[in-house]
Amino acid sequence: MRLMNLRPGRQARFYLAGLPFMLLAIAYFAGSGLRLAENPDDKLLPALSTMAQAVKHMAFEMDVRTGTILMLSDTIASLVRFFSALAISTSAALVLGILIGLLPGANALLAPFVGVASMVPPLALLPILFIVMGLGENSKVALIVIGTLPFIIRDITMRVMELPREQLIKAQTLGASTWQVALRVVLPQILPRLIDSLRLQLGPAWLFLIAAEAIASDSGLGYRIFLVRRYLSLDVIIPYVIWITFLAFVMDAGLVMLQRRLFPWFASVRSE
Amino acid sequence: MSAVSFDNVWKEYGDHIVLERLTFEIASRAFIALVGPSGCGKTTFLRMLLGEESPTRGQILVDGKPLKPEPDSDRGVVFQRYSVFPHLTVLQNVVLGRELQRAKLTGRLFGPAKCAAVEEAMALLAEVGLSGHEHKYPASLSGGMQQRLALAQAIMRGPKILLLDEPFGALDPGIRADIHVLMKRLWNETELTIVMVTHDLSEAFRLATRVIALDRSRIRPEERERFGATVSRDLEIYPRRTAKARQLATFRSGQDDQAENGA
Repeated sequence: MRLMNLRPGRQARFYLAGLPFMLLAIAYFAGSGLRLAENPDDKLLPALSTMAQAVKHMAFEMDVRTGTILMLSDTIASLVRFFSALAISTSAALVLGILIGLLPGANALLAPFVGVASMVPPLALLPILFIVMGLGENSKVALIVIGTLPFIIRDITMRVMELPREQLIKAQTLGASTWQVALRVVLPQILPRLIDSLRLQLGPAWLFLIAAEAIASDSGLGYRIFLVRRYLSLDVIIPYVIWITFLAFVMDAGLVMLQRRLFPWFASVRSE
Repeated sequence: MSAVSFDNVWKEYGDHIVLERLTFEIASRAFIALVGPSGCGKTTFLRMLLGEESPTRGQILVDGKPLKPEPDSDRGVVFQRYSVFPHLTVLQNVVLGRELQRAKLTGRLFGPAKCAAVEEAMALLAEVGLSGHEHKYPASLSGGMQQRLALAQAIMRGPKILLLDEPFGALDPGIRADIHVLMKRLWNETELTIVMVTHDLSEAFRLATRVIALDRSRIRPEERERFGATVSRDLEIYPRRTAKARQLATFRSGQDDQAENGA
């Protein structure tokens, strides 16, 4: 039988999915064991017990200097920035994307501008943001917004333009005004596609968050990683990276679930 | 219930002439079938009638007034595909027309107004044979049922002219025969003037009161661009069919109209 026709069963699929994770863990701990056998003070590949100790210190013990649990306060600080930025960029993108996609006039006015703006490298704007908006929360939120907004707008615009012409004509023959078409035909069909778009932007959004926190901040997950880097504290950095990955993964899974729950009709439309 | 007249209508895209010299009247309550080979401008014709495109020359009059240059609720339409909204259930699809009409700002009805609209929609759905499917999404309906839904949705808003763009082209023969019966009944019981584009000649002669064929008169390669299609045949169906309301339950012998029985 051809390889392309071999489909793994349910159980095989489970083990296959676990395999790369297992291999990575084995490679890490083998390497770590070798290095630690040579030099017990090696910091580059810390043992599981060292990392567990660090996590216990960061996540379950009160920090003496600040009186907070560091990992918790870092996570909250980062998530507040992350969610406020994504709330701004998704809601702005939804409005602008529908406008540009539905109205030829708005398209002529804004599409070229958005096209050019999306090519500006956001990290190159970071110094400007810090100078103009200061080192506070605003500049970090602004970086994530600038980094994700143009792409969500362009994606939404394309999705609106992909809606079958027949549907828009049909709505007009039912007497719909432009506003009613946007509200009853375009918006409800774009929302599940917005979730897709948002999922794709989770990666870049985290990237911009960590970058902004690394450069100027006094809290946050990115701040902590870059702070302890000075002491080669990989026993803190590695758990933090795993934690960030876990948070991003949960968000992605949550969005998929939200899409299935709220838009049961969407799966069959997408498979067409 | 509207008469449409075409007064020397031409449609050109740049140098390319698609339709030319269209001059004819469509009587009120007529059921016109428009036939012709592919690429002869049937769809362009329908788009002009919808207001999606405007004629390059000449004008289209509806009841003596120039046609509005954009789609409106006077002209209902059923396309071959994508005629219903995938994000609304069957019932919501039909109620939508009333909601758009009554609620200008929110596009949604609430309370008694909603109940009235739902009741009306349920009756219409029963009429087209979709009772029991009210809460399904269109994707879970068969092609024939989707087209029945599209018809109900278009009729709910009470258009004067109903435009059909190869509406039954993708259906199985058996299902198509069923939906022909429905189509005929809807034409008889509503106040519609119907224009149907089709490539199925038997369908055209079975349903219509008049069959209009579009074709190009010049087909040599160097002439193709510069000569558009025009009316090549204009056939009134005999015995002459007229729309009349019939009781739904009445046994229909079909003697008054042999073509209806597939003759």
